[in-house]
Amino acid sequence: MTLAMDLGPVSASAAAKGRSKIERRMMWRALLFVAPAVLLLAAIYIIPVLVLAGFSLTDYQLGALSTRFIAFENFVQAFNDPVFLRSLTNTVIYAVIVIPLGVFLALGLALLVYNRKRSRAFWEAAYFLPVTATLVAMATVWQFLLHPSIGPVNAAIKWLGFEPVAFLSNPTLLIPTMAMIGVWQILGFNTVLFLAGLTAIPKDLYEAARLDGARHPFDRFFTVTWPMLGPTTLFVVVTTSISAFKVFETVAVLTKGRFGSETLLFDLYLEGFEYSNTGYAAALTLIFLVIILVLSIGQTLHLDRKVHY
Amino acid sequence: MQQSVELAGIGKGFGAFDVLKNIDLSVRPGEFLSLVGMSGCGKSTLLRIIAGLERPDRGSVAIGGSDVTELDPSARNLAMVFQSYALYPHMSVRQNIATPLRMRRLSLAGRLPLVGALAASAEVLHDIDKSVEQAAETLQISHLLDRKPAQLSGGQRQRVALARALVRSPAAFLMDEPLSNLDAKLRAHMRNELAALHCRLGATFIYVTHDQIEAMTMSDRIALMNEGQIEQLGTPSQLYEHPATLTVARFIGTPSINLVPVEVLSNGSVSLFGHVLGLAAGGHDAGPATLGVRAEHISIGSEGLPLRVLRTETHGADRFVHAHLLADETLRVTLRLTAGEPLAADTADVIQVSFPPERAHLFGRDGVRLAALPTDRVAA
Amino acid sequence: MARIRRFLPHLVLGAGAFIVVLPFYWMFLTSIRSPAEIFDVSLWPIPKQFDMAQNYGRAASQVPMLRFMLNGLIVCLGILIVQVATAVPAAYALAKLNFPGRKLLLTLVIAALCVPIQALALPLFVGLAKLDLLNTYFAMMAPFFLSVFAIFLFHQSFRSYPDEIIEAARMDGFSEMEICWSLVLRGSLPSLAAFSVFSVVAHWNDLYWPMIVVTDINLAPPPLGMLFFSDVESGANYGALMAGAALITAPMIVCFLLARRHFIAGITMTGVK
Repeated sequence: MTLAMDLGPVSASAAAKGRSKIERRMMWRALLFVAPAVLLLAAIYIIPVLVLAGFSLTDYQLGALSTRFIAFENFVQAFNDPVFLRSLTNTVIYAVIVIPLGVFLALGLALLVYNRKRSRAFWEAAYFLPVTATLVAMATVWQFLLHPSIGPVNAAIKWLGFEPVAFLSNPTLLIPTMAMIGVWQILGFNTVLFLAGLTAIPKDLYEAARLDGARHPFDRFFTVTWPMLGPTTLFVVVTTSISAFKVFETVAVLTKGRFGSETLLFDLYLEGFEYSNTGYAAALTLIFLVIILVLSIGQTLHLDRKVHY
Repeated sequence: MQQSVELAGIGKGFGAFDVLKNIDLSVRPGEFLSLVGMSGCGKSTLLRIIAGLERPDRGSVAIGGSDVTELDPSARNLAMVFQSYALYPHMSVRQNIATPLRMRRLSLAGRLPLVGALAASAEVLHDIDKSVEQAAETLQISHLLDRKPAQLSGGQRQRVALARALVRSPAAFLMDEPLSNLDAKLRAHMRNELAALHCRLGATFIYVTHDQIEAMTMSDRIALMNEGQIEQLGTPSQLYEHPATLTVARFIGTPSINLVPVEVLSNGSVSLFGHVLGLAAGGHDAGPATLGVRAEHISIGSEGLPLRVLRTETHGADRFVHAHLLADETLRVTLRLTAGEPLAADTADVIQVSFPPERAHLFGRDGVRLAALPTDRVAA
Repeated sequence: MARIRRFLPHLVLGAGAFIVVLPFYWMFLTSIRSPAEIFDVSLWPIPKQFDMAQNYGRAASQVPMLRFMLNGLIVCLGILIVQVATAVPAAYALAKLNFPGRKLLLTLVIAALCVPIQALALPLFVGLAKLDLLNTYFAMMAPFFLSVFAIFLFHQSFRSYPDEIIEAARMDGFSEMEICWSLVLRGSLPSLAAFSVFSVVAHWNDLYWPMIVVTDINLAPPPLGMLFFSDVESGANYGALMAGAALITAPMIVCFLLARRHFIAGITMTGVK
């Protein structure tokens, strides 16, 4: 009732005052609604990022009595640190194996699964199983499976007449072995993304392509499927590379960084939390963050507004 | 460019439901034939069977005299315009129109993305380019060649789809409700353009629509389908003037034909609520029947069937009077006043109407047309 | 030839699925076999001697396996409840209310989407250490109390809720809280379900953060517990080790098999939405 009376008078200033009063009340309510989120955003994201940047310019060590400002020395040190450079190389090798295999095997699987009408749900579930499973536990299982003397994988290799392979003790095989486990884990996730992409392609386009003379499945793939999956593929590549650069669990379980098998995140963990080189680890973290941010740009674009033609 | 399409004994079922029941249809070379009917009558399935996108359970499809029933759609040399246009969204208009030519004229290697350009012969590519530009010119979309489909209006997309169809001179054009995504005004415009295009190309067109106006205005012949069968095949005027069944009579014509229940007596005369009409049917057709008369054939006079006027409707040149039978309020009748003809009656007035008996259509209980001859010109 | 072509996809899919599922099968098989059969690499499902009770018993006695699971449950539920409680009103305000800084907040949320927890771990760890909060449930949960992803997801979903209904509800005397929680959220239950799955799966399986803030074995969530356990056993008793692994993965796998659609939607929604 008061509202109607406030708005009632012909006087423009009175009407404006009434509106702004309601508006102000709504505004305060809205601010109250976002307040917890804003406080947490500041406490968990904004302040830590600023603190991180501050740490990276010092030689701060957790528990140390004095701390010096050393400008960019940490970054200089990082690019002269053989362990860090090795972890960077290892992570890149890991990503170079996981990205193409994880993306293209998943695309192949999705194409095969998509055309199975009745058994589709079954295959989807089978390939998705590793995505939900606790990777730490499954890495332990892989350790057993790949065991040189009692693992079934090497038993099969021996049965085929080859020499057993020391997957987890031969330094050159460590990263590829972990990459294969990475592919195993991410395959189902990517397959489901591709399946969603395939479902979104209008049937008409395939029919038009057939009438246009695309008799070979290969033609239909390159005329319709592949270009129409473009945005999905971009997104899958981005998410796969982000998770490749975050590889941690398999290293923690399988090697603990032995034989020079540290990855970026594992090295970061060791420097920051085992050796308490907080300042140095902060610099490494910033490098890690930059890599992830660069990779995320594509993802955010996709999330923000769907990429389409 | 001009090929016949012959369908013989086509049958198709989805599960227990028969979508098409034994269809025989022969489309003449260069003809514009429409498949018309309500949704679910099987017209789209029939078109897809001609295209090769569906396999018939029974029967055969022949194009230009050769059996193509077992051929893949890509090998049938047909072009289809889809309801959604089905343009490749990632390709420019130019690439869209070129696709059917690239698929046919280039080798597998030449069709590969990126590296394909190296494998393809420059001469063939030049040829394709020329054909694309010609097709674009025919449809007046030359200025749009470098745009993507998303940047085009509905009418422009429609033209691109047509250009993609005609660029390779197919044996026949198949069109699946191509105008249904356009607004009313553009639809009327495109109807004229399609009819003109058909004249210019002289190609065989098979056109599926649920809109009888589209079929009536463009076709050489219409196949009206109902429940998986062809109810009548004929020219638009044959369907309009001599509907073979009640379904055809109801479907064709705006406003809809007036239908009233009548009784055929054992002596062959036809009775409407006790009035004996000037029509003579066969005595063996005795029993209930339906009489159909079009709005323009009913005239107001000083004697005849009494109607009560509900309202008049002006369409500019024509005016329609909606009325109901005095004998039964549920039976509505529409009649057309010709230009300038005054109506000496207001709403709720009673008028008397008559119609020439040779213009009346009589349908039996099963909906099939009955033979009926006028006895004299006196009606009702 | 035609038959081969028809069965070839099934054959390829079957071979792939065999490799994908093999670790799960091997884990379960070893967990019910006696240690004496460890050198037997056959895949035959029925062991000569059932040692299921012994293996699982050892897994539960060697380390507090059930305690790990309970810890996991507490941490996952705690995180989920606070995440929903903070994200839903924020998303509602962002989607349907007007306030200064709305655009800025939305931009910050989207920017924060790109920042992984591993990048924030160091300062958060230092902060928690200074406050003497390490080795607490709070330390394990705190960094995840705000899910920018939840805000983003609910914001997208709430935006499509009709304004007319909100206005009608205001005129009917609903408070803004009631509108947010009992009207608008009701319309986004699929998003809530998907997010819950996403959050629980992610935090049940997370190793990195617990490994940093927890050294007390009694507070360890399942993945950290598994790591402790495999260090203790160090390859001596694979039967018990696999029993432990099976115990830890079982809850997620059982839930996944029961609610397959929700799981797939929840975990992949980052991509599909």
